[in-house]
Amino acid sequence: MTGAPILQVEHLEMRFGGLVAVHDLSFAANRGDITALIGPNGAGKTTVFNCITGFYKPSTGMLRLVTSDGASHLLERLPDFRIAQEARVARTFQNIRLFPGMSLLENLLVAQHNTLMRASGYTVLGLFGFGSYTRAEAAAVENARYWLDRIGLLPRADDAAGELPYGAQRRLEIARAMCSAPELLCLDEPAAGLNARESAELEDLLLFIREQHRTSILLIEHDMSVVMRMSDRIVVLDYGTKICEGTPAQVRNDPKVIAAYLGVEEEEVDKVEAEVGL
Amino acid sequence: MTEQSAPAAAVPSRFPAALKSAALSALVAFGLFSLIVGARTDQGPTGALIVFPRLDDLAWLAGVVFAGSFLRTLLFGDAPLQVSRHFPSGVKRIGARLSRFAAPALLGFALIAPLLFYSNRYYLDLSILVLTYVMLGWGLNIVVGLAGLLDLGYVAFYAVGAYSYALLAQNFGLSFWIGLPLAGILAAFWGVLLGFPVLRLRGDYLAIVTLAFGEIIRLVLINWQSFTGGPNGIASIPRPSFFGLPFTDDEGGFAHTFGLEFSPIHRIVFLFYVILALALLTNWVTIRLRRLPIGRAWEALREDEIACRSLGINTTNTKLTAFAIGAMFGGFAGAFFATRQGFISPESFVFMESALILAIVVLGGMGSQLGVAVAALVMIGAFELLREFAQYRMLVFGFAMVLIMVWRPRGLIGTRVPSIFLRKEKELPSSMVAEGRR
Repeated sequence: MTGAPILQVEHLEMRFGGLVAVHDLSFAANRGDITALIGPNGAGKTTVFNCITGFYKPSTGMLRLVTSDGASHLLERLPDFRIAQEARVARTFQNIRLFPGMSLLENLLVAQHNTLMRASGYTVLGLFGFGSYTRAEAAAVENARYWLDRIGLLPRADDAAGELPYGAQRRLEIARAMCSAPELLCLDEPAAGLNARESAELEDLLLFIREQHRTSILLIEHDMSVVMRMSDRIVVLDYGTKICEGTPAQVRNDPKVIAAYLGVEEEEVDKVEAEVGL
Repeated sequence: MTEQSAPAAAVPSRFPAALKSAALSALVAFGLFSLIVGARTDQGPTGALIVFPRLDDLAWLAGVVFAGSFLRTLLFGDAPLQVSRHFPSGVKRIGARLSRFAAPALLGFALIAPLLFYSNRYYLDLSILVLTYVMLGWGLNIVVGLAGLLDLGYVAFYAVGAYSYALLAQNFGLSFWIGLPLAGILAAFWGVLLGFPVLRLRGDYLAIVTLAFGEIIRLVLINWQSFTGGPNGIASIPRPSFFGLPFTDDEGGFAHTFGLEFSPIHRIVFLFYVILALALLTNWVTIRLRRLPIGRAWEALREDEIACRSLGINTTNTKLTAFAIGAMFGGFAGAFFATRQGFISPESFVFMESALILAIVVLGGMGSQLGVAVAALVMIGAFELLREFAQYRMLVFGFAMVLIMVWRPRGLIGTRVPSIFLRKEKELPSSMVAEGRR
């Protein structure tokens, strides 16, 4: 599955005033891979996500995304909505952000906004009920039905998204992101708050997305069993710097990673700090 | 809530609590009313103010509050009052069934209203007024109810529309049917102009800026004497014609052409159908837009702006279109207002108007077309009918608002009908609807 890099992050730096949240971070996510971004709390993972999806403008650094048609997009120069629209990056949020008062179907149709907007002739044709829009909407509904079926929420299609249980909301948020037909899907802690069964369903869904839809996945996750089972590559952050990168097996045995997560014995502190470069 | 199913048994045990809460409420009422009601000032013979104490009125008010609070706590306990829970389910079901026929019934009534009130000029004028507010409510509903942008300066667009038509008609001799679309376009342009600086604002902050915008427009109208006529306003604005036929008592007039006996009522009836058509146009466009991607984007924007951006929605354009389209209908209504009155002045476009239109939208239930229409009917209609009791009008008005918000915190129509269904039509509770979450 591993191919050319879809996302290259080079020398990314994000400062908030005097606080350096991300420092000189470089890594690449390959097309078709599941790349995990892990690290202790406050390591800067979500900041990296916000830089990639345009919610923050990086202080310095370059973020290059190559779509499947060969076009290359410099994400640090695009406003957030154009990153989703043109570079085809979709994301989910750590604290779920659905449209709670709208039905599940509507949530998935909003995700197909740009396709439908074009089909409705930027509202003018749609207002007078031209057939092209009716067809495009039917196709969008079909797409939404497909994803609702896949995440097992088809029977609740007309319910309000806010009424769903937590685990279902997480799945719906992923389905909504997938409805925008992304090439890179960024998931911010998708397994947080899920029980073991829901977690297993989530793994199935992510593998399905990768195999069937050829979507590359960038994943922030604290559940190490999920990360180790699913990821092709793992990037480990601590205090905003990359301390390790590699396959799950490599990362698992890296002393810096173990030190960052578990801490070290008192007498080893100096040695480890020297290795880490503090 | 087993206590509520058996209130009789629980009443004696609540007695001390009820006494205590009643005493507290009476004390608060006493404090609040002591200056407002308890002291009345009047001008004395020398021109100085004299204070009359009105202790008896004060005591009455405190007594009423005491009794009310006592009874409420005794009967219903301390729980927040939820009137709807005390209705048997049968009443609710009938209510739901009635509301399904409410829209066609109201429309049918509106269509034949001029025939019913043909001889009653007062009722015709009142229904035109109500329809104007229905239209304004529907226009503001796009901005506030759908896009969730709290706009306290909507009257500005009403004013822009009215002055646009008035000035175009006076300076260039344009007829109503040409002035109307132009007024709408100009108002939409001002909507975009207001939209740009407030793109980053939401909720309370947006409300303050739009409030200021409304005042700016009004002050410009007052002070730009050479252009707008200042506080004197603009008089003798041309009346609308029946597609070219004026409503006059001469050769080429409407009555003469159709072989009718001349009556000034013809023009009023015509105005009624014009505003009805304009209001229905607003309604039709809103209903259509809700089912288009732009309408869904508005509602998504109301629910979560950040999620919208993460899905590739250009929130700038989405907000601006909401402002522009809302303002356009405000402008149409303004042009109609100008041609109906024949005279406009800045006095018609005060903040109170904005507040009234917003109250109609909020009372009706944000985003509900039927709710807004009913709220406009109730508010404007009742407001007019209470004209005889001018002294108590605001009191009744405020009291009714409090009651409705206690009874139905989400407005008269507290449900949201999704714009599209997969299986079967079904209403969603609007308690899920998020307003302006960031």
